[in-house]
Amino acid sequence: MLKINNLHVKLEEEDKQILKGLTLEVPAGEVHAIMGPNGSGKSTLSYVLSGRDGYEVTEGSATLEGASLLDMEPEERAAAGLFLAFQYPVEIPGVGNMTFLRTAVNAQRKARGEAELTAGEFLKVVRAKAADLQISPDMLKRPVNVGFSGGEKKRNEILQMAMLEPRMCIMDETDSGLDVDAMRLVSDGVNALRSPDRSFLVITHYQRLLSHIQPDVVHIMANGRIIKSGGPDLALEVEENGYGDLLAEAG
Amino acid sequence: MSESAVQELQTPQVSGTARPAGALDARLAQLDLPQGGFSARARADALSRLRAAGLPGPRDEYWRYTDPRPFTAASPQALPVDGGPESPLFAARDKLTLVFVDGLFDAAASDDLSLEGVEITTLAQADQAGSHWAADLYGALELAGQSPVSRPFATLNTAAARDGLLIRVTGKPAKPVHVLHRRGSEGADAVWHHVIRVESGAELTLLESGVVGARSNGVIEADLAQGAKLHHITAKRANDPKVGLSHLFARVGAEAVLKSFALVVNGTTMRHEAIVDMVGDDAVAHVAAAVLGDGNVGPFHHDDTVFITHGALRGESRQVFKKVLKNGAVGVFQGKILVKNGAQKTDGYQISQALLLDEASQFLAKPELEIYADDVKCSHGSTTGAIDEDALFYLRSRGVPHERAIVFLVLSFLADALEEVEDETLRDEINERLDAWLTDRPRG
Ligand SMILES: Nc1ncnc2c1ncn2[C@@H]1O[C@H](COP(=O)(O)OP(=O)(O)OP(=O)(O)O)[C@@H](O)[C@H]1O
Ligand SMILES: [Mg+2]
Repeated sequence: MLKINNLHVKLEEEDKQILKGLTLEVPAGEVHAIMGPNGSGKSTLSYVLSGRDGYEVTEGSATLEGASLLDMEPEERAAAGLFLAFQYPVEIPGVGNMTFLRTAVNAQRKARGEAELTAGEFLKVVRAKAADLQISPDMLKRPVNVGFSGGEKKRNEILQMAMLEPRMCIMDETDSGLDVDAMRLVSDGVNALRSPDRSFLVITHYQRLLSHIQPDVVHIMANGRIIKSGGPDLALEVEENGYGDLLAEAG
Repeated sequence: MSESAVQELQTPQVSGTARPAGALDARLAQLDLPQGGFSARARADALSRLRAAGLPGPRDEYWRYTDPRPFTAASPQALPVDGGPESPLFAARDKLTLVFVDGLFDAAASDDLSLEGVEITTLAQADQAGSHWAADLYGALELAGQSPVSRPFATLNTAAARDGLLIRVTGKPAKPVHVLHRRGSEGADAVWHHVIRVESGAELTLLESGVVGARSNGVIEADLAQGAKLHHITAKRANDPKVGLSHLFARVGAEAVLKSFALVVNGTTMRHEAIVDMVGDDAVAHVAAAVLGDGNVGPFHHDDTVFITHGALRGESRQVFKKVLKNGAVGVFQGKILVKNGAQKTDGYQISQALLLDEASQFLAKPELEIYADDVKCSHGSTTGAIDEDALFYLRSRGVPHERAIVFLVLSFLADALEEVEDETLRDEINERLDAWLTDRPRG
């Protein structure tokens, strides 16, 4: 599904290398987790994959089902099936959550040559999915993320993910800011989306999320590279011992 | 949006020196000054005031950011009569439509003047008689609005306007009064003057749209009695490279509510002045505008100049001005809140913001507060910013195409100004229209 090979990325504005030869593959149907110290480049990876400005890829490649992501506009990547649940979802005053979501869903359907949803069809689906995530009708009507609590914003990200039905879901610290119950809601939402032709890349600092969303593979990222990959036990090891040994091991 | 401090104001680059001798005479010579009638005294007075004060030149302090010469020139540059393609706004709304061609009432094209709760006459008609209720108001609010800052083009208007509406509202008419402008000739220099008196407890919605003269000068004098309400919404034809000047002089009585909203989409040199005198306790006045300026459609320059005076207790005033500028468009805002001694518990708010879609465009803002009462709440703010890149990326990452995302963000920027349109049908119509305009445009 997602193949990243020897990816090198620097900031456009300054001479700072952030990703330094990152290689990673997430096969279809799998859930991979990325853990790593603050500043190791996890969010940068998610932004570069989804097409944010400000980064320069100096070497390497990233493909989604064989198509090169790095040449596409952000909206083309979305239409190709990529989704990023932001670490810090953006507030957009004056744009209604529903209007935004319907535009996004229909833009993607249009880009893929599918029929657009009517207002009625959309409403039915969004109401049901919002209810699952305990997002109130009032929140749906409000401007995008404006006045949402931290946890509400994260749930709103998962609602968008559920509505857009992407092939490749990247979740950047979706668990931070969630209370215990919300963590369960979000995990249930994610688990409901798991399927043989959908993959997940879950960035997190904590083992807790991974006990709800069982990963197939856990990667440890440090200083712009994957320094170790392993099974779910690797997350437990990090939780117990921190990154010290792993970093030392990697040199 | 990213905010920067209010832009440092500089003297604009205007060549030429003081007012050219004889400019006023040349200007007046082109106008057909009406004689006689109930307004004769006010007109004669206006003419002598105008001769004493003269027209402003580029050096006048109040014209620092807007070159007055398009308005002082003897005649305007001709423009196509149709004003460009576009279906009329407010089509969805049931209304009483009164047509003005080059500033003159066209009875044949208009609806019948009768509407329950309102008495309407035209200025030209009324001027055939020596007396009219509007005699106490015609030119009087304009005159009152000349202090502390003179507004000579409004004085010119009082002297020279040949037509307009005299509207006395005594009830709550079932539908709005709609002034529909048409351009009858390419070089039309349209001047009109409306007087509106909203009696105690009465309400009126006044809509303005259509194609005004190649150059226009419109004045509205509005007198709101106790508990009266006037909603004024103006949206002239978009993408018409006209030169235009307008003044709203309002006197707002106790518990009366004035709401005035302007939608401006492209044009050449335009200035709108709102002069509001809040004379009664608990009066409310909101003045707002949503402005889109694209310098590629014409050398866009739009100036909003607002002066709100609180002269009574517990007045609430709001100024909400939003301008979206690109391709070298210039937006100006000069806004003042004056709170007189004794106008306690005044709640005055003013915000002026520009969204610059490129670096060639600019916004010049001069927000002012002058307060002589000690128990008031007044705030003002002015920002200039660009499209928020984080928001843009967020929208695009969800699959919203770049152009559509920009439209979302522009509409989002304008939303606070649109909120000032109380009638939801009209607000939705304006929003949809804005959306359509923005969508048709090439990517900014
Ligand atoms: N636009 C930028 N300007 C300057 N430095 C940047 C920029 N973007 C990222 N960096 C730097 O790159 C490094 C990686 O940042 P990134 O946000 O990807 O880390 P992260 O692994 O997501 O960390 P965290 O766990 O704290 O979320 C950090 O040192 C960060 O300061
Ligand atoms: Mg991060």
